[in-house]
Amino acid sequence: MESVEFIQSGRKIFMKTNKNRFSYLTLKKINLLFFSIFLVLLPNFVFAAGSGMHSPIEQFVVKTLIQIKDPIFGYDISFTNASLFMVLASIVPLTLLIFGVRSAEMIPGKIQSISEMIFEFVENLLLENTGNSGRPYFSFIFTLFLLVLFGNLLGMLPYSYTFTSQIIITFFMAIIIFISVTIIGIFRHGFGFLSLFLPSGTPLVLQPLLFVIEFISYCIRPISLSVRLFANMLAGHTLLKVFGGLAVMLIGSGSIFLVPVAILPIAAIIGMTALEVLVAVLQAYVFTVLTCIYLNDALNLHH
Amino acid sequence: METEAAKLIAAGLAVAPLLGAAVGLGVLFSGIVNSMARNPSMSGELRAIAFLYFALVEATGLFGLVVAFLILFAF
Repeated sequence: MESVEFIQSGRKIFMKTNKNRFSYLTLKKINLLFFSIFLVLLPNFVFAAGSGMHSPIEQFVVKTLIQIKDPIFGYDISFTNASLFMVLASIVPLTLLIFGVRSAEMIPGKIQSISEMIFEFVENLLLENTGNSGRPYFSFIFTLFLLVLFGNLLGMLPYSYTFTSQIIITFFMAIIIFISVTIIGIFRHGFGFLSLFLPSGTPLVLQPLLFVIEFISYCIRPISLSVRLFANMLAGHTLLKVFGGLAVMLIGSGSIFLVPVAILPIAAIIGMTALEVLVAVLQAYVFTVLTCIYLNDALNLHH
Repeated sequence: METEAAKLIAAGLAVAPLLGAAVGLGVLFSGIVNSMARNPSMSGELRAIAFLYFALVEATGLFGLVVAFLILFAF
């Protein structure tokens, strides 16, 4: 009896919030639209006010914020804008998760449900791809996903820096994944790990050739993993800035016929910004899925 | 002057892989739409697969784009 009442009251609350949320969301959406248009337009006008044209790849320049020299070997280990956004990309999800879980309730609030959704999403991803044997590596996969996701998303803000558009950063992430996955495989299977390079049921004549091909494709993994993320981010951001430059050129021309045409590249920027947000989430997802697949290869030797 | 022109021509040629990526995306999405039409109850799973392979296929075209950017701006 009590449970029925509980369910009914819960349903009432749900209906109520649902109704409220509907009207709230539409208003919010309109606000967001205006806000995003403003955000997209603002850099254009500032750029137009500034002197001369800027190169579309100027946004990837690493600037030193705090100069630090390694006291032992004399290397330059300065705190740059890339490091700043890496720190931000680790602080923001951490704050989100801490605030989400601190006051955990039966009916989750907004922040709690977001953090729970991210958590469950990555958990399902890992367990689908590796089975139960991948469970010990969950924290690593989750951290990796959050770092790449928030690095990409923070990079979408105007005047911010996308650290995932630096090949050295993505390559370092990929090579760490590659080496650790190889070590996990060797520890689990010993020499049996080599059978990963031989698909079962190949004729004896083809085996040496196939072994070489599989080995090369295994070794090329960190490169393809890192270049995929880096190329997507680089291309997307460059494209946005190229269209921004086009709008600035049209506005700056001062001709009555050309200035109204500037609405076209600005509209294209708005559409592409939406696409870039999609790509940012998608690339974080793909990076994580591929890490899970590589981990599965090492754990279960699927061939 | 001639190297400048050669650079521009090379950058134009280097984005040719985008054609392959476009064909690949077309094949991918036609297959996904076909299977969704045949079995609509699978569409949720198929969409997840489609997004994963969309990113994988798109990346191959973007490699060419990166080479074009390198030719244009790095040399």
